[in-house]
Amino acid sequence: MKLFMQWLRRGNVFIWFSGTMLSICLLMIVGLVGFIAAKGLVVFWPQALVQVHGPEGEVLGEITSYEAPFGTEPAKVQFRVGNRDIYGQDFKWFKAAEISRRQEPKDALLIERLENGAFFGSIRDITQDGQPIAIAGAAVEEVKRRLPAMNKLQAQIRKIEKGAVGDLNRKLEDCRRTMESESSAKARAALEQKEQSLKSQYDQLQTELDQLRVKVKTISVTLLTVDGKTKEIPLGGIVRIVPANDLNWFGKVRLYFSRLWEFVADDPRESNTEGGIFPAIFGTVMMVLIMSMLVVPLGVVTALFLREYAKDGLLVRAVRVAVNNLAGVPSIVFGVFGLGFFVYAVGGTLDQLFYSSKLPTPTFGTGGIIWASLTLALLTVPVVVVATEEALAAVPRNQREASLALGATKWQTIWNVVLPGAAPGILTGLILAMSRGAGEVAPLMLTGVVKLAPAMPLDGSFPFLHLDRKFMHLGFHIYDVGFQSPNSEAAKPMVFMTALLLLFVVVMLNLVALRLRRKLRARLGGSTF
Amino acid sequence: MQSGAQMEIDDPRIVPEPVTSAEPTAVAAPAPAARLADLPLTNAAVLTSPTMLTVEGLNLFYGSKQALFDVNLKVAKNTVMAFIGPSGCGKSTLLRCLNRMNDLIEGVRIDGEVRIGDSNIYEPGVDVISLRKRTGMVFQKSNPFPKSIYENVAYGLRIQGVRDRRILDEAVESSLQAAGLWDEVKDRMRESALSLSGGQQQRLCIARALAVNPEVLLMDEPCSALDPIATSRIEELIFELKKKFTIVIVTHNMQQAARASDFTAFFWLGKLIESGLTEKMFTNPRERTTEDYITGRFG
Repeated sequence: MKLFMQWLRRGNVFIWFSGTMLSICLLMIVGLVGFIAAKGLVVFWPQALVQVHGPEGEVLGEITSYEAPFGTEPAKVQFRVGNRDIYGQDFKWFKAAEISRRQEPKDALLIERLENGAFFGSIRDITQDGQPIAIAGAAVEEVKRRLPAMNKLQAQIRKIEKGAVGDLNRKLEDCRRTMESESSAKARAALEQKEQSLKSQYDQLQTELDQLRVKVKTISVTLLTVDGKTKEIPLGGIVRIVPANDLNWFGKVRLYFSRLWEFVADDPRESNTEGGIFPAIFGTVMMVLIMSMLVVPLGVVTALFLREYAKDGLLVRAVRVAVNNLAGVPSIVFGVFGLGFFVYAVGGTLDQLFYSSKLPTPTFGTGGIIWASLTLALLTVPVVVVATEEALAAVPRNQREASLALGATKWQTIWNVVLPGAAPGILTGLILAMSRGAGEVAPLMLTGVVKLAPAMPLDGSFPFLHLDRKFMHLGFHIYDVGFQSPNSEAAKPMVFMTALLLLFVVVMLNLVALRLRRKLRARLGGSTF
Repeated sequence: MQSGAQMEIDDPRIVPEPVTSAEPTAVAAPAPAARLADLPLTNAAVLTSPTMLTVEGLNLFYGSKQALFDVNLKVAKNTVMAFIGPSGCGKSTLLRCLNRMNDLIEGVRIDGEVRIGDSNIYEPGVDVISLRKRTGMVFQKSNPFPKSIYENVAYGLRIQGVRDRRILDEAVESSLQAAGLWDEVKDRMRESALSLSGGQQQRLCIARALAVNPEVLLMDEPCSALDPIATSRIEELIFELKKKFTIVIVTHNMQQAARASDFTAFFWLGKLIESGLTEKMFTNPRERTTEDYITGRFG
């Protein structure tokens, strides 16, 4: 008893309590990340293709879920059967009792296509200009042999479509607009000439493209489902052929990384449910970087005035409370503000002043990455202000006095001594702001995020950084793919993978800032006392 | 306020020196009595040199509390004046009046006159910035900037707008030499000042103050955080520096005052009790309180 009282008095209960709480918190974090990672990372791992005899004939697909019998409800199995263009849907439910003769045929193929999703079945033949080249097993080999070259051709077509053609289109558009506003005949003639040359360039590109497209279409493949239906598609429509039941471990790993790479580095297809999400990653990073560039000056200058110059009184305290309360305003409210003020008021005015020739098509008067970044900067500025104020207060008084005693003015002292000393603290604020900003979705939906952006905010065409462009964002992508797409069932695994990627992007951005902060800290060093 | 035997200043922000509520008779850490052998022989020149710094009728208030009472003091050119006295007696406060560093503290009111040369630094319209260029200051705790050694010394000139590399190089070298640090750091000018030892840092701070070529050097207990060897180096330095500068030093260390200074002023409870030649003060003080303090009967 006495020992127990002693144990109590030493505060061991509290130590144990706080230790337990810490473990629970850690467990929750690890659990959260682990769950998402586990759900996301298995998406690209090849699954076995199972063939069964169902009520409507043979069925081939991946088993995606199983429901145990419940009350009078019998057990059910869900198959991902693919072949959307033939069956009309990707998934089918069967009662467990209805299916029989389960097998995993070695020659079953999973064919990933550019259009209509995956195909499950086999290849009947491959033809060139209507002449068969090979059939059955030989056809599979032939397709595999010809596929890489064809994919390269496809990539070339996409590159021309997105790059040169888009560029020419924009130039032509500009040319036409200036012609409308131009009055002198001489200038008009020059412009017309320019337009002609652009048009001929355009036509040239188009013929080139047509030739390529014809090339793609010459070879076609006939696909065969297990219940005997066929579908003919051009060879170029095939992304990848996976003999899912005939893969060794090494083959599976290769396939896994090939799919992962496609996911990270490619553009999306099929209303975002397939392909990659590179534009969303890029858009997120761009948006966060632009936001950081805006929020740091804004927050630091505000904090500097509040802490160093403003006389501590009722007004300053009120301002401080107001700034802190900004952090508590629901983010959608910021979105509404961004839409009303930045997009319509500021953007609209900019359009009228500088882009009037393009009106009524808005340039800045519609959502864009700059408005989204500005809105988020406003949303996260309290974090930076608070962190900076604390950092400024933490700069040792004797450093300021040393500077002042040498005849420095207050501003010189702030610029040369106080701000460098506060830099690590300011970076802490930035890290918090970035984490908050990267995850926000609601305000972005009103100020510039889109489901599918036709062009990136940073590219090779002048002026390279297009602040007026709409962009894609990982957070919005999660919402859109998982809950707004026509094929959300198929896209659900992508939700986890995209969420994992969003986490990864945020962590990477933070790591960069942390590294920078460590460097600054090391330079400031510890005092010898 | 004057009636209290104890000086109370409760806001630590206001007082640069922590106040250990000193009952005058309570012996905190008795400073050993100064021995005659420690005393320097007075250089006759110090008696004849012209006045550099004059404090006249100086009263200082922190809010409603008075911290300095009618201080009158003269410091001769090219001499070392030591301020001694127990903690909280106002010696650091007076030192900070000499370059108007007390202006930075809210609620401080000063009346009286402080003259450097002929100009009253508390006259309205005096440019504090240019005043501070004339008075270098070295602080109790060494406070180099987290910059390179070179940038620390060059700081004062840089903020005055000096860009010429040659002038800066020259000033940095001569200041470091004057502070006796040149040989130790000449090969590592680009390294962080924080990599130096405590004593070196303090000498760097002295060099930094010297670089702007001040007339008066104010030292606020410059050795209180240093070991005896570093302390003696600084004391030797003071001996050298007084050839060019007028030095006022606040110290808690009686031997230091005895060794390094030409004149000493003893403060108690915000009042200047006695000032005069160090030699005389330590051997034959006029006031009883001074004697008690010097011999370690209170402190």
